[in-house]
Amino acid sequence: MSAVKPSPGRSLGGTLRQLVSGKHRSPLPGFGPGLAVTISWLTVMLFVPLMALIAKSVSLTPAEFLTAAWSERARAAYMLTFGAAAIAAVVDVALGLLFAWVIVRYRFPGRQMLDAIVDLPFALPTAVAGLVYSSLYVKNGWFGQFLVPLGIEGAYSRFAIVLVLIFLGLPFVVRTVQPLLSSLEGDIEEAAASLGASRWQTFTRVILPSVMPALYTGFALAFARGLGEYGSIIFVSTNIPYKSEIAPMLIYSRLEDYKYEEATAIAVVLLAGSITTLMLINWLEARNRRYAR
Amino acid sequence: MHVNSVRTQKTAGRMVANEPLWFRILLISLCYLIAIVLIIVPLIYVFVQAFSEGISGWWNNLFNDAETRHSVFLTLIVVPLAVLVNTVCGVAAAWTLTKFKFPGRTLLMTALDLPFAVSPVVAGLMFVLLYNLRTGYFAPLLNEIGFKIIFAWPGLVMATMFVTIPFVARELIPLMQALGDDEELAAVSLGASPWQIFWRVTLPNIKWGLLFGVIQCNARAIGEFGAVYVVSGRIERETYTMALRVEKLFQDYNNPGSYAVASVLTLMALSTLVLKIILERMVAASMEQSSSE
Amino acid sequence: MSISVQNLSKRFGDFVALKNVNLEVPSDSLTALLGPSGSGKTTLLRIISGLESADEGSILFKDEDVTTRSARDREVGFVFQHYALFRHMTVFENVAFGMRVRNAPNGEVRERVNELLHLVRLEGLGQRYPSELSGGQRQRVALARALAVKPRMLLLDEPFGALDAKVRQELRTWLRKLHEEMHVTTVFVTHDQEEAFEMADQVVVMSQGHIEQTGTPQAVFDNPATSFVMDFLGNVNVFHGRVQSGRVQMGPFSLQYDEYQNEEPRNATAYVRPHELDIDRSPSQASLLGKIKQINPAGSVLKVRVAVEEFGVELNVDVTHYRAKQLELKLNDIVYVHPRSVRVFMPETDYVI
Repeated sequence: MSAVKPSPGRSLGGTLRQLVSGKHRSPLPGFGPGLAVTISWLTVMLFVPLMALIAKSVSLTPAEFLTAAWSERARAAYMLTFGAAAIAAVVDVALGLLFAWVIVRYRFPGRQMLDAIVDLPFALPTAVAGLVYSSLYVKNGWFGQFLVPLGIEGAYSRFAIVLVLIFLGLPFVVRTVQPLLSSLEGDIEEAAASLGASRWQTFTRVILPSVMPALYTGFALAFARGLGEYGSIIFVSTNIPYKSEIAPMLIYSRLEDYKYEEATAIAVVLLAGSITTLMLINWLEARNRRYAR
Repeated sequence: MHVNSVRTQKTAGRMVANEPLWFRILLISLCYLIAIVLIIVPLIYVFVQAFSEGISGWWNNLFNDAETRHSVFLTLIVVPLAVLVNTVCGVAAAWTLTKFKFPGRTLLMTALDLPFAVSPVVAGLMFVLLYNLRTGYFAPLLNEIGFKIIFAWPGLVMATMFVTIPFVARELIPLMQALGDDEELAAVSLGASPWQIFWRVTLPNIKWGLLFGVIQCNARAIGEFGAVYVVSGRIERETYTMALRVEKLFQDYNNPGSYAVASVLTLMALSTLVLKIILERMVAASMEQSSSE
Repeated sequence: MSISVQNLSKRFGDFVALKNVNLEVPSDSLTALLGPSGSGKTTLLRIISGLESADEGSILFKDEDVTTRSARDREVGFVFQHYALFRHMTVFENVAFGMRVRNAPNGEVRERVNELLHLVRLEGLGQRYPSELSGGQRQRVALARALAVKPRMLLLDEPFGALDAKVRQELRTWLRKLHEEMHVTTVFVTHDQEEAFEMADQVVVMSQGHIEQTGTPQAVFDNPATSFVMDFLGNVNVFHGRVQSGRVQMGPFSLQYDEYQNEEPRNATAYVRPHELDIDRSPSQASLLGKIKQINPAGSVLKVRVAVEEFGVELNVDVTHYRAKQLELKLNDIVYVHPRSVRVFMPETDYVI
C-alpha cells in the first residue's frame, strides 16, 4: 500500500547479495542453463513457427498477398470474426463486472458455487461447449423451443457465434476484475459518501475508474480468445462463406485445398489484427494505470 | 483471520457501503440467471444427453467403439507429453526471468504471452508450414530420416504445446516475484548446491502454485481443438484426440456417442475446478505464510 | 458548530461498542477522544459522522437532530486513518472530488483547490498521484479533501497513527495551528495520550464503551477521575492498602483521606506518579527503603527503578539530573523513597473486609 516503505526482506537480500558476490549480478545459480532452456524452448515452439509464417507470407508478391488476404470472402470473414469477438467481449465486460461485484461484495447462499462455476468455460473443452450450444438453441432444443418462435436463432446463426464467445470469455473478465475489486479498501467508499457523493456517483467516479484497468485487461483476454476461437464455432455456425464463416475457418478451408500461401496471408492479417488490438488495449490500460507507478 | 471477522462484523452496521436490499437481491438473481442459462443448463445437458440410452448405452458408446477407445488412448499420450515439456521449461523460464535481470528479459516475458494472441488454427498452420512433408521448410530433413510430424502424433504434441506455453510460467512468475529470492540467497551463502537450492528451498515454496499451473495447462491441453484439428489431418485410429472425436461423432450424426465422449471431458473439467479450489486455498496459505515472516 | 451526543448506544453482535454515551463538544473546540483500542472511540467518531448508525440515542449538530441523516447529508469532513485517498485520481482531483459531485463550476473548483493546496503546503503537487507522495503528504491531502467542501466540522480518525515519530510531531503542531486559524469544530481519535494532551482543548477519555472523564488536558492530568484514567495516563506506581476512619494505610504510609469517614475498613488502591516520588539518602516519615535496580536517562529526567523488598514491588521514580548528581545515585545504592502526593481510589463494588 505504501510505496515509500522499504521492505525489510529486500535489504536482507541486498546484504546477502553483497556478502555472497559483491557484484551486481545475482549470485544465484542456474542463469546459464535456465536461459538456454528458456530460449531453446521458445525458439523451437514459438519463434521458428512464427518465422515460418512470416517467411511464407513474404514469399508472396504484394499483389498475390492482397488477392489472398483481402478478397471479398476474406474481408467478410474478418468482419465477422472481429465483430463477433468485440461484441462478445463487451458483453463479457458487463457480465464479468456484475459477477465479480456480486461474488466479492455480497454474502448469499450459493456464492462459492457461483464463484467456482465461473471457471467452467475455461476448463471445459471448447468442442463440448460448441456441441451443447448447438443443440440447446435449435427449434426443438431446451431454450430454442421458447426462443425460436420469438425469432431468436441461438444456433446456426451469427448470434450463435456471439453467444458461444460470451460463454468462453466470461471467466477472463471475472478473474481479472475480482482481485482488484476485493482489494479496494472499504473506506474509499465511505470517504466518497462523507464528501457528499451519491451511491451512483461513488460507483461511476470512484469504483469504476479503480477497476478500469482490470476491465481493459479482461476485455483484451476475452477478445483475443474470441478472435482465435474455432473449436466451438464450427459446431454452432453454418459456416457459409460471406455469411457465417469466421477467419480461422477460412484459413482451414484454404489449408484443406493445400493453398498454404493463401492460408498464410489470411493468418497474417488475423494475427496482425489481434496483436494490434492487444497492444492498443495494453497501451490504454497502461495510460489508465498511471497512478499505480 | 481474527481481524477479518471483526471487520465483517463492523460492516454490518455501516450506513454507506451497502446497497439497498432489493438492489442486492436483484443483482444476485441476475447473476444466478446468467449462470444458469450460460453455464449450468449446458452442463446438465451434457449428462442428460450422454445418459439418454442409460448407463450401459453410455458405456457402450465409450468403450465398445474402437475409434473412441483409440482417441482416449491418444489423448493420454499427447496431453501428458505436452504438459511435461511445458512444465519443465516453464519452471526454467520462471526461474531465469524472476531471479536474474538481463537484457531481453522483458522481450522473453512478452513472448510467453504471445500464444494467447495467436489463433489455434494459425498455430496449427505454422507447424504445417514447417513440417509438412511436401512443401514444409523441414520437409527435406524429415523425409531423409523418415519422421512424420504433421498428420501424426508428434504434430499433435507440438500443436498442443504451442497453445499451452504460457500457463505454467505465467502462474509461477508472479508467485516467485512475490516470494523474492532471500531464501535462495541464504541457501547459497550456506553452501547449498544448485539442485539443493531448487529442491529444498524453491520448490517447497512454489509447489502449490506450480501444481495450479500444471492443472490449468492440463485442462487447456485436453480441450485443445483448433490447433490439433489443423495438424491432425484427421486419420481414423491415428490422429483423433477426444476433443476431435466429439466433433467427428457429431458430424456422423452419432449424438449419443458424441455426448458420451463429451461427458468424460466435462467430468475432467469439473475435477479441474475442484482441484483448482483446493489449490487456490493452498497458494493463498503459502503466500500468507511467506508474507507474515 | 457544537456537537451534542445524547444517550448513545451501539452493539456489534455481542460486543457492546458504546453504552449510554453523553458528550458535548463546544463550537470551534479541538477535542480528543482518547482511549485504548476497543474503547469505542472510533465507533463514536463514525456515528457522529454518519458512517455508522447508532442503536439508541441521538446526535445533534447545534440544535439540529441529525441522527437519521446519512453521511452524505451531514456535511462533515472525515479524515480516515489510512487516508482513503482515491488512488486513480491526482491530488488535485482528490481535493476537488467533493465539489465535483456537487457540480461546482470549474473555475470555482480550481480556485478552492489551489487555495487548499496552499493551506496544506502542497502547492505544485496537484498533478501527482497519491502513490507518489509520502505518508505525511497523503495525510495533508486527506485533510484538504475533507476541508474542500467547507464542512460543518472536521472529524479525524487516528490522524497520525500511520506516520513515523518525527513527521507526526511536525503535523501535530501544524494541525493545532491550522485549527486556530480556521475555527472549525474538530474531533480526533487517538490512543496516544501525549498527542491528545498536546493538541486538544478538551480531552475525552474512553474505556470499554463509556466515557471515563471529560475535561481540559490539565484537569484530566491533574485530577484523574477514575483509576482507569490514572492507569491509562502513565506508568504509575500502585499500592494496595485499606481505608478506615478518614485515613489510608499503605504499609508505612498513613495519609489523610476525608472522603471515607466510616470505621469499617475497606480495600483501596493508591496511585503515585513517577514524578511525585522523591528519592533521598536518609529516611523521612512515610518513606520506603529500596535498592536502585536501573537508571535510564529519558529526556530531562532520569528514570530510576527502585526495588522495595519489604513489599515485593519495584517503583518507578523520575529524578531530575540535578537531584541525581546531588545524591550521586549509582546502581545498587540503598535509598529512601517517599511520595509527595498520592491518589486513592476505592473499588466501586462495596467489598468489606
